[in-house]
Amino acid sequence: MTAPPLDQSTSAVVNLIPDELETPPLSLSQLTWRRFRRHKMAIFGVVTLILIIMYAFGGMLFFSEADSNHTDTGNALQAPTREHPFGTDTVGRDILARTIYGGQISILIGITAMVVELIFGVSIGAVSGYFGGLLDSFLMRITEAVLVIPQIFLLLVMARYFSQSIPNIKLFGRTFSGSVLVIIFVIGITSWPYLARIVRAQFLSVKENDFILAARATGTSTRDIIFRHILPNTSAPIIVSATLSVAAAISLEAYISFLGLGVRPPTATWGNMLELAYKYINTAWWLWFFPGFFIALIVLSINFLGDGLRDALDPHSRAA
Amino acid sequence: MTRYIIRRFLQAIPLLLIISVVLFAMMDKMGDPLATMGGRKVTKPEDRIRLAHQLGLDKPLCVQYIYWLIGNDWTHPIGEIPQPNVGVLTPIVQCLDPRTYIDSDVPGTRKGVLRGDWGISLVNRQPVTQVIGERLKNTLLLMITSEVLIISLALLIGIYSALNQYSYLNNAITASTFILYSMPVFFFALLAMYIFSILFRKWGLPYLPTVGMFDPNIGQTPAQVAWHMVLPVATLSFTFIAGYSRYIRSAMLESLGQDYVRTARAKGLPSPEVIYIHVLKNAALPIVTLVALDLPFLLGGAIVTEQIFGWPGMGRLFIDHVSRSDTAVVMGILMMIAFAVIIFQIFADVTYAWLDPRIRYK
Repeated sequence: MTAPPLDQSTSAVVNLIPDELETPPLSLSQLTWRRFRRHKMAIFGVVTLILIIMYAFGGMLFFSEADSNHTDTGNALQAPTREHPFGTDTVGRDILARTIYGGQISILIGITAMVVELIFGVSIGAVSGYFGGLLDSFLMRITEAVLVIPQIFLLLVMARYFSQSIPNIKLFGRTFSGSVLVIIFVIGITSWPYLARIVRAQFLSVKENDFILAARATGTSTRDIIFRHILPNTSAPIIVSATLSVAAAISLEAYISFLGLGVRPPTATWGNMLELAYKYINTAWWLWFFPGFFIALIVLSINFLGDGLRDALDPHSRAA
Repeated sequence: MTRYIIRRFLQAIPLLLIISVVLFAMMDKMGDPLATMGGRKVTKPEDRIRLAHQLGLDKPLCVQYIYWLIGNDWTHPIGEIPQPNVGVLTPIVQCLDPRTYIDSDVPGTRKGVLRGDWGISLVNRQPVTQVIGERLKNTLLLMITSEVLIISLALLIGIYSALNQYSYLNNAITASTFILYSMPVFFFALLAMYIFSILFRKWGLPYLPTVGMFDPNIGQTPAQVAWHMVLPVATLSFTFIAGYSRYIRSAMLESLGQDYVRTARAKGLPSPEVIYIHVLKNAALPIVTLVALDLPFLLGGAIVTEQIFGWPGMGRLFIDHVSRSDTAVVMGILMMIAFAVIIFQIFADVTYAWLDPRIRYK
């Protein structure tokens, strides 16, 4: 950066400058990290999230998936003991092992549903905001149509519609219930309208900037303008809303599994472990407490993380 | 303004039509409605064919939709229709042929949704309006009580924590609203049920009932219903109380820093007047829209709440009938909700413009 010293006197000045600047100039990511670090709740969220992920994926080393699906009806509905620290469920499966394997699926569903939502939301929002006109009003009518039916109702109808007869899937030597894919897809395609609206609003304002005009004047292709000039400038709200939608997807999966239309056995998720657990509220608190606790904890920590990211990436967006 | 409202209503019509087409098409592929009909099994193939024919389930989907929408009391037998054979395109050709709609050897009696006939539930053979009407009042009771609780508590908490920004109680409130805001409805419900019903009973304290709307031994008295409503209402409202009070708090804080507040104080107005008339009125404006626009979320919460607490409301009706592929009832509920949501969206816009003279719609 600094020019090579010409002689003794100027070199002294040049060498002085880094000392005189009390704080070296920070890059954008350093500034973001500084703001993020100040947000105690967000740090708590990150740490908890890491612990939960370690629990769900590190737990594989201690329990095999066969443990989590091993039924032992003689041992059904056992209260927590040394052998089964979280107790056993209605058919005698170990709840500790199931929260580990269920957690993996729940986290996986959260992340992949977010990706599906991003694909739909960003592309529809971008096209709508960039091109405007008839296409925009058509896409926005569709968005409104999806928003008019409450998401849970739509999810229940769609989950039932798509889960007619999906075979089990074998992946990495493990068998997954095909309904996992259905749930991911269904959550993704019912969640995008919010994101699409955010992206559209961002595009509408960013595309009016002078640098877009300059890019167009130099003959940049539409694809490059959208993906290299506008999209990076709208990344802050997209990242925040993507983070929060992982939490939303995890709890939505839990809602529909809880209502009996979610992920089918043999695959465990935190949500379907809760299914019908409320029928045993009198007798077996451990059935619903542990999976419910994990869902509440992961949703809380992702929300904290999202809140911290919002403050760090997009300080103007916050009212108070 | 009137023109704006009329335009919004006109825009809602195609929206509702599109929604109804998509949902109807989905419901059709949801499973076999005859398999779960009325609790009795229809096993003989000829019985199935006869029943499907009687109910019009053997007709193409487009015909079923049109009958649902505008009824079939105008149909009559018109004899043999030549069936085209064009492979995958056959259903489309059928749907484009008006004779498919007119021809029917079963006398049609349905009037269609547009004339107020929502059809008959396949599960219990009762008119859909009656089935939904019975449940709707229970859901409304739950939702209106919750809404009153939500608004009053959120205002109280929001105002308190905005005015006492650095007190210990305020920090506790902020932390707990944050936690409650992220807590899934079912976990709160199960936890509340366990503490206030199961543990309280164990400890010999007065405990709250867990399921149902009233004790069948006592009957449906207002006191019983109110007692049974405590937990469901708490479950339905806690997220919204947490969310709205955070919102009111930040809106109040923003409002407190405005110039007109300083002017009001400088003029020597008493503090309560400044806070409740100048600050709160401006801060609470967006709450009106928030309440109206959050209706879909409240309905979503109601479906889980009703399922857990065995509340005989619309949410439970919906789950029961979705799992039995009862198109008429499910469509009835969904279209009613969609309509209500659209009405509330328009209502939110109009009230907001009425409350805030700075806003003008063209």
